[in-house]
Amino acid sequence: MIHSFTDLQSIQGKLAAGATSCAELTEYYLDRIHEGAHLNAFISLFAERARAQAVEIDGKQKKGTAGRLAGMIMAIKDNMVLDYGATTCGSHILEHFQSPYTATVLKKLAAEDAIFIGKTNMDEFAMGSSTENSAFGLVRNPLDNDRVPGGSSGGSAVAVAADFCTAALGSDTGGSIRQPASFCGVIGLKPTYGRVSRYGLVAFASSLDQIGPLTRSVDDAALLMNVLAGRDPGDSTSAAVDVPDFCADLDKPLKGLRIGIPQEYYGEGLDETVRQALQKTSEFLRDMQAIPVPVSLPHTEYSIATYYILANAEASANLARYDGAHYGARADAARSLEEMYVQTRSQAFGAEVKRRIMLGTYVLSSGYYEAYYAKAQQVRTRLRDDFDGAWQHCDLLLTPTCPTTAFRIGEKASDPLTMYLSDVYTVSVNLTGLPALSIPCGQDPQGLPIGAQLIGQPFAEGTLLRVAKQLQLHHAPTRQVLRLEER
Amino acid sequence: MSNHIEYEPVIGLEVHIQLSTVSKIFCGCRARFGSEANAQVCPVCLGLPGALPVLNRKAVDYAARLALATGCEINPRSVFARKNYFYPDLPKGYQISQFEQPFCENGMITVETASGGKRPVRIRRIHLEEDAGKSMHQEAYVGDDESLVDLNRCGVPLLELVTEPDLTAPEEAAAFLAYLRQLVRYLEICDGNMEEGSLRCDANISVRVRGTFGLGTKTELKNMNSFRHVERALAFEYERQCALLTAGQAVQQETLLWDANRNIATPMRSKEFAHDYRYFPEPDLLPVEIETNWIEAQRRDLPELPQAKKVRYQEAFFLPAYDAAVLTEDADVAHYYEQVADRVDDKKLASNWVMGEVLRACKERGEGVTDLKMTPALLADLLGMLTRSEINSGMAKQIFEQVLQTGKSPHDLVAEGGLSQIDDHDSLQSVIQTVLQAQQKDVSAYLQGNEKVLGFLMGLVMKATSGRANPRTVTSLLREELAQLKNRL
Repeated sequence: MIHSFTDLQSIQGKLAAGATSCAELTEYYLDRIHEGAHLNAFISLFAERARAQAVEIDGKQKKGTAGRLAGMIMAIKDNMVLDYGATTCGSHILEHFQSPYTATVLKKLAAEDAIFIGKTNMDEFAMGSSTENSAFGLVRNPLDNDRVPGGSSGGSAVAVAADFCTAALGSDTGGSIRQPASFCGVIGLKPTYGRVSRYGLVAFASSLDQIGPLTRSVDDAALLMNVLAGRDPGDSTSAAVDVPDFCADLDKPLKGLRIGIPQEYYGEGLDETVRQALQKTSEFLRDMQAIPVPVSLPHTEYSIATYYILANAEASANLARYDGAHYGARADAARSLEEMYVQTRSQAFGAEVKRRIMLGTYVLSSGYYEAYYAKAQQVRTRLRDDFDGAWQHCDLLLTPTCPTTAFRIGEKASDPLTMYLSDVYTVSVNLTGLPALSIPCGQDPQGLPIGAQLIGQPFAEGTLLRVAKQLQLHHAPTRQVLRLEER
Repeated sequence: MSNHIEYEPVIGLEVHIQLSTVSKIFCGCRARFGSEANAQVCPVCLGLPGALPVLNRKAVDYAARLALATGCEINPRSVFARKNYFYPDLPKGYQISQFEQPFCENGMITVETASGGKRPVRIRRIHLEEDAGKSMHQEAYVGDDESLVDLNRCGVPLLELVTEPDLTAPEEAAAFLAYLRQLVRYLEICDGNMEEGSLRCDANISVRVRGTFGLGTKTELKNMNSFRHVERALAFEYERQCALLTAGQAVQQETLLWDANRNIATPMRSKEFAHDYRYFPEPDLLPVEIETNWIEAQRRDLPELPQAKKVRYQEAFFLPAYDAAVLTEDADVAHYYEQVADRVDDKKLASNWVMGEVLRACKERGEGVTDLKMTPALLADLLGMLTRSEINSGMAKQIFEQVLQTGKSPHDLVAEGGLSQIDDHDSLQSVIQTVLQAQQKDVSAYLQGNEKVLGFLMGLVMKATSGRANPRTVTSLLREELAQLKNRL
């Protein structure tokens, strides 16, 4: 277990000293994945390819030509396309889909010598908060196998928490990086909308989707952001904003930082243990000479409804391309074009995806557009105004990531509305495009991790990472290695 | 045309203009065809999972040219929208178009009608969108139980131009389209070829009692692939609606497909057009923000438009309206003419030659005016020699043909081929005497007062000199000679 729970910084130290190799690391993670197969974190593995890349990068390491991410073995959520293997999005409709091209972020990572060990399980098309909606079976929380890991990037969060990789990529449309990070006790960052290219991320809701890292250390998250961030001419919505060195200010003291505490995020429905953990976190930050400030985000109560209108509206169009005509699954019993569409989509999409396509189609329909879609866009503007108001008083916000710790498998699966409500603290950030990070800040009496969410001003990921670094160092250090017997 | 003089048609058009940009509107694939099916495609225009569109700036430039040429107001901010429907030639399941905030609005095109009248037609809007692919159902190589799709056309940029219902006759619709085609060619944004689908037109038509202002129930006509068919389809539908109303029946609002083989329009199955497109703003693209300075720069770069050019030809070159219309029909021909006219004094002579010999040569040779070896400068030389009577018009036509073949200058051809004019009295007189001796009968007819014979005799002299004789000299010598014969009687 020499590698257990190490971060890239220590791995690279060992690589430089000749104490380990990428080949050895790859074998270590492959063994861990095998050992933890019952968690069902992966949809596909690239064992042979990863081994070959490891040998190649070890060679570069000797010559001193290895990239910035040499030694980083990564798990990739299966909604980012690679020109090898399948990209399934957790759906039968793309079960055998092979992309002819590679996502921008994966090209960037590969160019810095990251190794992709496999593609992780996820809620179908990233629609879900528990990773119970995958066509390839549900994912289990490594800390309690009867509980969900959160979702939709459940497989990526588990892969990081269970030490199946050094770090993982997830995507976050309404909390899909942060919520599973919170449930699994790892760090998850959703960057500012436009900070990271979406080219090659299979779209769920285009105006909300953003790719980000899941890691065990804040330093790794910062280093990954250095590689991931930046304008991509292939993504019109990627921002032409300078990319700072996210590692540079990590250790800067927090003195004088104003930490907003939005009252609406601490109201009804918040689990008492979670509230107490956040209280302690706030007190810790005050001890670090940051200044907690009460603020208000008055339109918060509308965020869930707004989110599920806009996200599903966009999804209904984004998922129209899976029609059996060009690629992916096709119902073979169809006798007409219309039958082909109806049968293919009825058979190959799961229940949650169909529910959201129906909702999204409905809110865009003639006669309903104004009442739902147009109204939701207006609320979105109000939410933005709320945050702009808050930034007059503070530099970042501290909130719980989720109202509760990880819930039991099946507990909410039959009640979509309750499931949607668990996203209450995460969706506003997507609607407003802001960056946010979830970091462990304590445990509940069952030992389940509690996540604190830091919400930043546009493109201020650096501030979030800086605060997170202090929390990780002094407040809630990362857990020790996790044993993988069934729990 | 119609027995229903009491009803007048009210017609509006929706025209799709395929832009001749090098690459597609949202990706780098080539927009012009030539490759085999499904070869000019990439993840973006195939709508593959994860691919994203990036707007081709050139398509916006082209849209601005048409906007300015039709007097439209360019919106400082226009928004792309998704138009959702399922069809195999639409791989994303939605078309990226514009809906609530189009590129430009409120323009005007004034059409000259066959009767010489002017018909102002308001342009409601022009917006940018992507083309879909092509489905093949009936082609010989498609099996009975299959359909094939070619996605090369997916993502080719289109402008959709929508008029107000301001046209009041099928002929006016055809005239509108003819002018629009001329305009897009002048602007160099579209090749204007309707048969090949570069211009596609749908029409809507209703009828109302002449002299009233209300609007009747309209029908929409689709599937017309030439101006002629647009006109025919509208005439057919006008008659059909009038007949219904005359019989006391109501017009149903529906979409009809023109059948060019049978010359009738038949209703589409209602399912085929009962779409709720569920438009919403395209989240993958930023709004198009247009600055006033940029619009002004585009306006300065606009070429002279055909209608202005036509007026200028009449005023500056004193050309008849007919000449001005023919010469300005095509921008290249107009440019050719102007280069000739710059070099010769007789602008009408230049017009006659360009409209006559030059356009005939283009047609015969299947070449564009810019491909001819007879350049404007060489034609101006030729016309100069003609004006100065160094050659006669018969010779000029021969030289014209030789220049077309060889590209040599008219001066050189004349010098080489001994083609210069015979103006020398002695040699001409001897030719004339020979001709007159051979034509005793005609000569006596002339001497008895039949003046018409002179032209015949004249022709024989020209023939005898292979057309090289100066016709004026021949006429005067011939008259003198015949006068002497008369005196001798």
